[in-house]
Amino acid sequence: MTATAPTPVIGRPLPRVDGRPKTTGTARYSADVSLPGLTHAVLVGAAIARGRITAIDAADALDAPGVLAVLTHENLPRVTAQPPLLPSLAGGPSPGQTFCPMQDDRIHYAGQHIAVVVADTYERALYAARLVHVRYREEDPVAVLDQGRDQAYVPEKIFGGLLPGRSARGDVEAGLERAEVRVEATYTFAPNHQNPLETSSTTAMWEGGRLFLHDATQGPAATQHTVSVMLGIPHADIRVYSHYVGGSFGAKASTWDHPLLAALAARHVGRPVRLALTREQMFTSCGHREEQEHRIALGADRDGRLTALRHHKLSLTSHFDDWAETSLEAPAQVYACPAHEGVYRLVRGNTMTPTFMRCPGEGSGMFALESALDELATRLDIDPLELRLRNHADRDPASGKPWSSHGLRECYERGAERIGWDRRVAGRPEREGPWTIGLGMASAVYPIVPPSNPQRARARIYADGSAVAQAATAEFGTGAATAMAQVLADALGLPVERCRFEGGDTDLPNVASTVGSTGAAMVGSAVHLAAVALRDQLIGRAVADERSPLHGADPGAVVPVDGRMALRDDPGTGESYAELLTRHFQPDAEAYGSFGPPQGEPPAAMITLGAHFVEVAVDGELGRVRVRRMAGAFAPGRVLNARTAKGQLMSGMLWGMSQALLEATHMDAATGRWANPSLGDYLIPVHADTPEVTVDLIETADHVVNPLGVKGVGEIGQSGTAAAIANAIHHATGRRIRKLPMTVEDTL
Amino acid sequence: MTTQKPTATRPTDTGPLPVRGPGPVPVTLTVNGAEHRVDIEPRVSLLSALRDSLLLTGAKRGCDQGTCGACTVHVEGRRVLACLTLAIACEGRPITTVEGLADGDELHPMQREFIACDAFQCGYCTPGQIMSAVALLDEGHASDDDEIREWMSGNLCRCATYPHITAAIRAVRDTTSDPS
Repeated sequence: MTATAPTPVIGRPLPRVDGRPKTTGTARYSADVSLPGLTHAVLVGAAIARGRITAIDAADALDAPGVLAVLTHENLPRVTAQPPLLPSLAGGPSPGQTFCPMQDDRIHYAGQHIAVVVADTYERALYAARLVHVRYREEDPVAVLDQGRDQAYVPEKIFGGLLPGRSARGDVEAGLERAEVRVEATYTFAPNHQNPLETSSTTAMWEGGRLFLHDATQGPAATQHTVSVMLGIPHADIRVYSHYVGGSFGAKASTWDHPLLAALAARHVGRPVRLALTREQMFTSCGHREEQEHRIALGADRDGRLTALRHHKLSLTSHFDDWAETSLEAPAQVYACPAHEGVYRLVRGNTMTPTFMRCPGEGSGMFALESALDELATRLDIDPLELRLRNHADRDPASGKPWSSHGLRECYERGAERIGWDRRVAGRPEREGPWTIGLGMASAVYPIVPPSNPQRARARIYADGSAVAQAATAEFGTGAATAMAQVLADALGLPVERCRFEGGDTDLPNVASTVGSTGAAMVGSAVHLAAVALRDQLIGRAVADERSPLHGADPGAVVPVDGRMALRDDPGTGESYAELLTRHFQPDAEAYGSFGPPQGEPPAAMITLGAHFVEVAVDGELGRVRVRRMAGAFAPGRVLNARTAKGQLMSGMLWGMSQALLEATHMDAATGRWANPSLGDYLIPVHADTPEVTVDLIETADHVVNPLGVKGVGEIGQSGTAAAIANAIHHATGRRIRKLPMTVEDTL
Repeated sequence: MTTQKPTATRPTDTGPLPVRGPGPVPVTLTVNGAEHRVDIEPRVSLLSALRDSLLLTGAKRGCDQGTCGACTVHVEGRRVLACLTLAIACEGRPITTVEGLADGDELHPMQREFIACDAFQCGYCTPGQIMSAVALLDEGHASDDDEIREWMSGNLCRCATYPHITAAIRAVRDTTSDPS
């Protein structure tokens, strides 16, 4: 008799383990933490975008009831060191920008933090913040691309020095020259802000020389490392908690200055300090997606086969950092195009350093590329889906390697079926009263980034047969805690109800920030390896133990199932973990797992792919655009939890709709200030905007990416979505809109 | 829900109103069935009083401007934005927060369906969504999906779990035999 393989827990659509705390209001977010003697800090932002502070008068603020301190550049201690810009995926210090406010009188962008007011209540701090009187010497800002076009430069590197400013493969000029058809177009993008519903918040407390931070972050360790370097205190003396995070979408991917300011304020007043940004401050405190324009030139033969793709981007960055979201890399890998050139050009302006925002780069890059392909399809009178199939990349066009797994054809097929692509006739949209119905599609791509340092987790089993896995990752809506319990359960052969995941604390085994759709892969692999090490440890123990029924067995022939270790070929022979541990007077056993970084060059190219199909209705009289149906199909490798994975993909698709039709932060060029910094004026979708959304998972086996074969689902839902909508609007109206967001003015 | 008559502790139209503030004054709030006396300035919002004085942090501060709905609670059975409501104006008016929805360990049907339908991700807007959703059914604004969506549009969800929230509300509507 052979043990029947247990049904894997991984993949099952289990409900989230944090359902009860999140639905009963007992989940504690960073600004919910109550500490004895808690005080409240409110930041004051610069009213100008460029210039100097000539005088700052805090007397009225200090006289206001309950005010404990006002910190400005005149009395705030200087930071010890400024870490270089580095994405938090790298695992080390990861400031969002290399400029730390309140170190001198210089103003580089509007809203730059210039004072911290601490009081005994939030209202008193908020009121006193308005009593800090500041005088400035103002200079003319550069706040939009149009003010600095002539100053554009090609940076040597972007993205914290990790990517070149210019890259090329093949001969683009020759490819464009020999093309029978060329499409050249420019696509423009308004700046965007992430706007998680929870504003960034830090609650800071000192105990002797030790600092405790409750921080809303995608990476507790990133906060720890960054604050440690900037304060010049040992990493070991800082502990960061981040148990629940109210969304991030990139706003909390890097460490900005507010955790540091909270820590300094707490040290100054000798009491715990809660610093919660206001909604308006969320527009000037944690970066944004930069204003940008993309120029695409693509060439193809008469059959639509691409001969060359030139993709140039011009975008606005800060005065301190060469930052551009990475728009040009992954889109260059989607199609079998022999020649590609990607060039970033930057203009320095009076803004913060731009930063990550969901689908950072691919969201803009794929809008340009997938819109341009649709233009090509129209020009050649080829069905847009057929055009993409003709350019299918059987191997990675960038490296020439085979793919570790792909699945794009299956995604096209499933999505097309869902939306009813067959009924689409080019140039002949369906009509319903004032509505014209258009169908559009686009591919989706997101890169896979391997870890740059070891990702660690610990697995522990108790003598009662319950188990816990731990890693210092944050839960900000991804469902990590749920999926990790599933990973633990499968590796140990335990019922998932007996397994729990614990994160959100830098005293736990260290992992990099959960960014770039890597959480499930990185933390999941670490948890898997820890649990496998624990299982092997216990099996090794059992086969060496004369009192165990498994004594003398080949460890490779022992499998974990239903909380027991048993012979694969004779499941009756075995014992439970509990029996083994109890016999040895051991209350528990534990093991570590460490994943990555990869040794040497991977044998295959890794990428995540998907496809979008959408149906829009355009009101010809009023210009209204309603997205009616969105069908997404994605190939994210192995899925840890079908429910949470589909939820994230759906969410990403709706972000794509939002990017397409709603989101824009408007810069007032004259003053350098954002004109609409509120959730009333910065539009995001509401319930009433929601179309019918279907998500299909195309699971692909992948033995290269990581031990679990997991790719990632956090962002690919948004990649290409806006283009699918633009393409559908074109189908409905014949109008090609080359800017985001697309608004009524564009369709009227 | 029945609308309760103003009680004697509220100002009446007989005689001039007593001056209270601007410093901290004693304010009595009835929250989730229990009376609490807090010393707060009259300018303090209901949201701050709940969160900072009573340590009921279920209601969330997402904007402090009435644009996001994360602070939604019930006052006299009606959904209100706690960030735009002065705590002192709620004396004598029963307040229910998300913490008061469950019956001990027994979750409210709306909480159960939010979990069953995966109607949240980060969870930050969830207390407000749930309080709004419960009131929505009481108001009779859930006849179909379009009406649910329209009347829930004051509650933003940046994770965009909207379709799942609608599904949860629909499920509670369809399983509650007597919605009144």
